Amino acid sequence: MSVTDRVRPQGQSIDEEIPGNRDVRRLAFSQQVSKWDVKLSPYLYISPFFLLFALTGLFPLLYTGWVSLHNWNLIGGQGKFIGFENFGFVLGQPYFWNAVGNTLSIFLLSSVPQVVLALLIAAVLDANLRAKTFWRMGVLVPFVVAPVAVGLIFNNLFADQFGLVNEFLGLLGLDPVRWHSDQLASHFAIATMVNFRWIGYNALIFLAAMQAIPRDVFEAATIDGAGRVRQFLSVTVPMLRPTVIFVAITSTIGGLQIFDEPRVFDQSGLGGADRQWQTLTMYIWELGWGQRNFGRASAVAWLLFLMIVLIALVNFLLTRRIANQGGRK
Amino acid sequence: MKFPRKLAALSASAACLTLALSGCGADAPKNAGPTGETGKEPVTLSLATFNEFGYEDLLKEYETLNPNVTIQHKKAATTNEARDNLTTRLAAGSGLSDIEAIEVDWLSELKEYPDQFVDLKDPAVEGRWLDWKTEAATTQDGHLIGYGTDSGPEAVCYNGALLEAAGMPSDRESVAKMLGTTWDSYFDAGKKFVAAGTGPAWFDSAGAIYQGMSNQMSKAYENEDGTVIAADNPEVKEVYTKVLTASTQDNLSAHLGQWSNDWVAGFQSQKFATTLCPGWMLGVIEGNAAGVEGWDVANVFPGGGGNWGGSYLTVPSQGKNQAEAKKLAAWLTAPEQQIKAFTAKGTFPSQVEALTSEELLGQTNAFFNDAPTGEIFAERAKAVGDSPFKGPKFFAINDAMQQALTRVDVDKSDDAESSWAKFLTAVKSL
Repeated sequence: MSVTDRVRPQGQSIDEEIPGNRDVRRLAFSQQVSKWDVKLSPYLYISPFFLLFALTGLFPLLYTGWVSLHNWNLIGGQGKFIGFENFGFVLGQPYFWNAVGNTLSIFLLSSVPQVVLALLIAAVLDANLRAKTFWRMGVLVPFVVAPVAVGLIFNNLFADQFGLVNEFLGLLGLDPVRWHSDQLASHFAIATMVNFRWIGYNALIFLAAMQAIPRDVFEAATIDGAGRVRQFLSVTVPMLRPTVIFVAITSTIGGLQIFDEPRVFDQSGLGGADRQWQTLTMYIWELGWGQRNFGRASAVAWLLFLMIVLIALVNFLLTRRIANQGGRK
Repeated sequence: MKFPRKLAALSASAACLTLALSGCGADAPKNAGPTGETGKEPVTLSLATFNEFGYEDLLKEYETLNPNVTIQHKKAATTNEARDNLTTRLAAGSGLSDIEAIEVDWLSELKEYPDQFVDLKDPAVEGRWLDWKTEAATTQDGHLIGYGTDSGPEAVCYNGALLEAAGMPSDRESVAKMLGTTWDSYFDAGKKFVAAGTGPAWFDSAGAIYQGMSNQMSKAYENEDGTVIAADNPEVKEVYTKVLTASTQDNLSAHLGQWSNDWVAGFQSQKFATTLCPGWMLGVIEGNAAGVEGWDVANVFPGGGGNWGGSYLTVPSQGKNQAEAKKLAAWLTAPEQQIKAFTAKGTFPSQVEALTSEELLGQTNAFFNDAPTGEIFAERAKAVGDSPFKGPKFFAINDAMQQALTRVDVDKSDDAESSWAKFLTAVKSL
């Protein structure tokens, strides 16, 4: 390829090549290719993620939307196109709104204490402890227990007649709590399972972020006379801002999609005799697999998706504001 | 040599991506259909079951008898897992085994799609099973979906020690006589028991009793044409009221939701004296009540007979080896084989001939006071009446009904009337 060597120094003369000269045209093409290479390759390198996402995320999302506009049976498959009838039906169901309420209630009871407690535990772990690794691994243990196993353990604790918690309350002379018939009590019990599983995980994320905070900031604060608590509130928390946003958003998504814990909370898995703890995902399950009405189930799935987007946005704005205010102090 | 290599790399990566993407849609299953001849070509059959069917040794035996056949056995741990797998793959149109085991409870929904299953009707197997067993798996136009394997004829299990404490007889014959043949006589015996004031309740759960009673209705919730009659069917309301009167007014219930943790614990703390028990329930009771003495089985079931549970073998029509699969299913469900499965894992036969086998009739159960359980359940199986009609919405309506009963019996958050109103709302929302 001696031609290449000869032409190269001329640089941008490609456009003025004499037509008919094959070598020069080949060169032009080769330069074109290397241009494409520079422009396209980065996208090609990251494309596997997006292709996979399109296949496993975007496509199901859109397809669910398509299903929600039809009569659709789990086994029988596609039926008539009926527009937004499924959405109308579902929105008119008291069970749907009950599920929305339950989901939000369990979400609040789990997410808020989860983030706060995780922050506190992380702060403690960040301190100079003996056997650091032991404690740090310790908080992660609940996370590796399968949710259904957690469910089994907590079901024994929260059984109505012979549960450990009620026996204990009895010893203290208190009335037993009706975990499986009282709505708020059931939410509390389920939120406890969720918190048990996720606090340690979030604490480790916070801990990692805390350790990235430069130590001299703390030194300066100490010299200025700030105590431990003041340092935590005015230095640590504001500097964790991006992490707090991340944890808040992931726990929002997880919290709104909660399924395993409420499903194993009783033997039939339908969310209680009066749907006291039927969440939106369980309602989707009931419609899709209990009644085999995929159209309606998909409509609820889409509504849940919109709800998550909305709440995640609100969450994002809120946490950003809070963190900003903290920063300004 | 700069440019060709780059071009090659570019096109190669593009090709890779195309390949990866097209991989999912490439292989449509070839529908070879049933072949007329069996027994010559080498063939691999897949068989999907759940829990314990007791087939391990039988499959080896079949392979020895038919050297051309290799069997792959897939076992799901739970029935729910198997059901999810079945419905998902039926919907997908591929991926099922050549033989799929199903539970009796799934029949109502599967019978809606008879095209998905090979019609197994065959003069060679006519009269092999008890009538109600075959009837339940036959669609209205006579398409037989599955061959019956085991069954769950119901009797009444009772804690003899608790009966004695209340001054009642505790031997099997007297108890059977005392419980009588109707639900009224069963509840009357309960009132006497509770009147003695020894503490325990008469039965475990209103939902469990309702399950036994509703299985004796010819059609509870739906007409054959698909109209829902649950709300207007006087029979349903009557049974509902009767069960809840027994539960609340007469206080015969231990107010436990069946299968709940409290229910399991209720066996140890001896909270109730009787429970309805299909054959397979004996193992459950023995496990839950380990160490408690006095459990026994009475050869009686109020209101006639009752069946709870039991399975079938089906041949999905998406399979490639339908003729061979049908042959294997027929062989596995023959009385001689079912008896072997019964000996291995205690799956109670649904085949007429198997019910008279010496091996079955001779069986006793040490935990249940050496009761002749083989003999008792064989008789219970013959007492089962016509199988009730269960339409496509049976599952959903029955769930709503069980929730209605639980609200009154276990949660005590509603009375019978307000809970019934909620049941009607739930049925309307289907």
